Amino acid sequence: MKQGKIIRVAGPLVVASECLGAKMYDMVKIGELGLIGEIIELREDMAFIQVYEDTTGIGPEEPVFLTGKPLSVELGPGLMSSIYDGIQRPLDIIRSKEGDFVTRGIELPPLDREKKWGFNPTAKKGQDVAEGDIIGEVEETPLIKHKIMVPEGSAGKIVEIKKGKFLVEEAVARIETQKEVKELKMFQTWSIRKNRGVYERLMPDEPLTTGQRVLDTLFPLAKGGTGCVPGPFGSGKTVVQHQLAKWSDAQIIVFVACGERGNEVADLLLSFPELEDPHTGRPLMERTVIIANTSNMPVAAREASIYTGMTIAEYFRDMGYSVALMADSSSRWAEALREISGRMEEMPGEEGYPAYLASRIAAFYERAGKVVCLGSDKRLGALSVMGAVSPPGGDLSDPVVQATLKVVKVFWALDDRLANMRHFPAINWLLSYSLYVENIKDYLNSQVAEEFTDLRQEAMQLLEEESELQEIARLVGVESLSARERLVLESARSIREDFLHQNAFHPQDTYTSLRKQYLMLRTILHFFHSGISALEEGEVLDEILALEVREKISKMKFLPEEDAGIHEVYIKVDDAFKKLLQKKGIREENV
Amino acid sequence: MYKEYLTVSNIVGPLVIVEKIRDVKFGELVEIETAEGILRRGTVLDVSTERAIVQVFEGTMGLDVDKSKVRFLGRSQQLGVSEEIIGRIFDGSGMPKDHGPQIIAEKMIDITGSPINPDARDYPSEFIQTGISSIDGMNPLVRGQKLPLFSGSGLPHARVAAQIARQAAVLGKKEKFAVVFGAMGITFEEANFFIEDFRNTGALERAVLFLNLANEPPIERIATPRLALTCAEYLAFEQDMHVLVILVDMTFYAEALREISAARKEIPGRRGYPGYLYTDLASMYERAGRIKEKKGSITLIPILTMPEDDKTHPIADLTGYITEGQIMLSREIHRKGIYPPIDVLPSLSRLKDKGIGEGKTREDHADVLNQLFACYARGKEARELALILGEAALSDLDKLYLKFADLFEDEFVRQGEFESRSILDTVDLGWKLLRTIPRAELKRIRPEYLEKYYTEKL
Repeated sequence: MKQGKIIRVAGPLVVASECLGAKMYDMVKIGELGLIGEIIELREDMAFIQVYEDTTGIGPEEPVFLTGKPLSVELGPGLMSSIYDGIQRPLDIIRSKEGDFVTRGIELPPLDREKKWGFNPTAKKGQDVAEGDIIGEVEETPLIKHKIMVPEGSAGKIVEIKKGKFLVEEAVARIETQKEVKELKMFQTWSIRKNRGVYERLMPDEPLTTGQRVLDTLFPLAKGGTGCVPGPFGSGKTVVQHQLAKWSDAQIIVFVACGERGNEVADLLLSFPELEDPHTGRPLMERTVIIANTSNMPVAAREASIYTGMTIAEYFRDMGYSVALMADSSSRWAEALREISGRMEEMPGEEGYPAYLASRIAAFYERAGKVVCLGSDKRLGALSVMGAVSPPGGDLSDPVVQATLKVVKVFWALDDRLANMRHFPAINWLLSYSLYVENIKDYLNSQVAEEFTDLRQEAMQLLEEESELQEIARLVGVESLSARERLVLESARSIREDFLHQNAFHPQDTYTSLRKQYLMLRTILHFFHSGISALEEGEVLDEILALEVREKISKMKFLPEEDAGIHEVYIKVDDAFKKLLQKKGIREENV
Repeated sequence: MYKEYLTVSNIVGPLVIVEKIRDVKFGELVEIETAEGILRRGTVLDVSTERAIVQVFEGTMGLDVDKSKVRFLGRSQQLGVSEEIIGRIFDGSGMPKDHGPQIIAEKMIDITGSPINPDARDYPSEFIQTGISSIDGMNPLVRGQKLPLFSGSGLPHARVAAQIARQAAVLGKKEKFAVVFGAMGITFEEANFFIEDFRNTGALERAVLFLNLANEPPIERIATPRLALTCAEYLAFEQDMHVLVILVDMTFYAEALREISAARKEIPGRRGYPGYLYTDLASMYERAGRIKEKKGSITLIPILTMPEDDKTHPIADLTGYITEGQIMLSREIHRKGIYPPIDVLPSLSRLKDKGIGEGKTREDHADVLNQLFACYARGKEARELALILGEAALSDLDKLYLKFADLFEDEFVRQGEFESRSILDTVDLGWKLLRTIPRAELKRIRPEYLEKYYTEKL
């Protein structure tokens, strides 16, 4: 292997000379310990290397080994249920080999080399296959059939295909290409900085349901779409991300804990094997891959972690799955960029971030999408991406937030004030938006209920009107508002407290299906409509607001998923108003 | 013997630049001897084939370019530990300060530490009763959590921290317990307050103190919290102790870091603090936690004074992003004469959900906590409204909430400095206050708990 020589060490940045022939983004190994690094700049024979491990104890004159290969991930059976660090080293295996603390210079294959996987061929001998074609399946977990695909750039006639149990490194098929006979293994490697190819991109048109009422009903994300959750600390970003990872109806979840808390990763690792996927009833861990590079782990590996996660997510998308990637938090990734850029003494842009920050963020989110995958069966796959952003002081003018908002289509604005009132999820309904509402309208109206999007629109209007009325009330007092306006205030409050507010830690409330969301919202608005008609009939507002059925409405979220319970509340609303009008009739007769 | 260099070329602030060096490693410990024979220590921040940049812990006063001798020690900064370390007081660089002998080290540990493998972490879930209602009831602390106190100058954060250290206990358990205290840049008086408090309650015998006072070299402060945490890791993960680490004041730590960054002419991030402040703080805070199959734990309470009480200041902001919540002290409540002046609304404990509830505190705790938050928030809103429009303009319900907010501060938050309330008393007190609000308003509480506790008379 070609060798260079270290001439400077400054934290995570190492400069080496005698590196002529090295390529940009090649992986290198540093010093006797063999720390892993990546070349991020070349000046004549000097290579600037960002190192993915702590460089204490490394000094000039030590060797740098040039591998000549880009930093890559291994893609194949064994990914599912794994926990990796930012450069795809298996943390569970590191723990069993090295103890409770992560030490340096560890080199372990990401995929288990000793485990045998049952390979079921789906292609036949003599068949012509092209890149992306599925030649067989491996049941990786009871939930996930891992499709073995012909790697990009290969095509030919199958001359041999096996069936049975194999190691990932064993050949399961051989194809005859124009030049040679090529062995196909169950795994392939792929550079993390290179997009995996697709046949064609499509417009997202199906919602990614998350079971979170404020998201699904008001600000939906589409399968293959992009969204971001910016917010100050303590506003519930991580809980939102965890809820999405738990309940969203993607088939595969890739969770990238990028520069965040170790205990949060521990929470995922301990709870996911026990939590059930509401769609299949299997443990959530069976469909999840976790990339964990916590805040105290080396900063450069944090930079790589979101690309590692993205490449793995793309790989599963290529099999025809709907994949969701959560990145918590993209700000930490941007800070890693800034730190490395600072050490390279690059000219800074805004807030010390490098000038290429915005283009890197845009390129990252652009890897999401609904696609026609490579392969002759033209299967569809989707990759949805949700990034948390942690702007300093919750200030949305932060460059990372601004660069993100330019590319993502859904904006869930977390609000400090709501969090302080313990209104969770603390998503501000006036600031947030979703640009997918139109795209998925047809789907919602045909699959859930015809009036679904109309109800949504009405709820949004009520909330909007509420904020205007509150402004007036603040200036001149609630008393000066008309009865109708006060009913609007109360109904909007009901939408906020009885619908939007959702307790992630309550077993029933934590997940609500689209159907139940629709029924709940319908009932709340039914109360509003009935109230308005009652007012028109001359009923007194206080009588309406004193109706006992309102308590039933407020407890709807705790009712089981079945339609019956909420239907009952709906009918009770009717009954309550009927009784009210009867009472009024009697009163009037007495007069 | 180590090679000695006489090749100091520049001295800039806390940095010394040494030329023509060989075999120097990044992060290596350095000894510098002045012409008078006084020893200073430092560490290598940047090394290239020609020169090394050394950060000097004790400051560069009295160093010269000409005669200073520099020795590279071939290892990074370490702390010698043994069981004898408990009950001792050290200075900010780990030297005994209590007139006692040097520790005979059972082993030497690198003070930078290694990150805990996320896969090895156990999720903190054991409730710690601090006896303070506004913490236990509203933002409970659990073992292995890092929960900072956000304070301002003049607020009684030291008294609150000392009260936590004094009263903290896990319900129904007697276990090996220790306090590690790291002081960075605080005054003698403030440090002495803690020492006296530990002494009076007998906690000093179970404590290890690392003190860097205001008049001691600022650069030493970079090492002080790391020494404290290294000591805590040894006690927790090798001696099976439950360790409470208190670090005051992180603001001075961050300022020392800024000083070095400025001397190196690095591109600053916000307010002149280096761009890597987040990573640097995380490398310390993240050392708190629990490890699977280990008995001990590290619970970390860093204290920081927010400049101008501004929680968006980089130090508070970045701390909040790393720690699992924060306890916020409020000047407004302090002015009302309420101790502890904890403002529960912006305070937060992220790990509370698995630490409370049936079998830990009480089944209704979580709901009561959420309801108290919601009611108090609404009460404070009503209070603001009353300020503008006068109390008469409030609806009857809002008047109830306003009264609730007053009661809450006066009865729930306010308590004696030496008063330790059990968690059951705290939850019952919560119910007592909630009964002043109509039942239909209590939407955050499950019907079955309302049934059980709301009607119950005291």
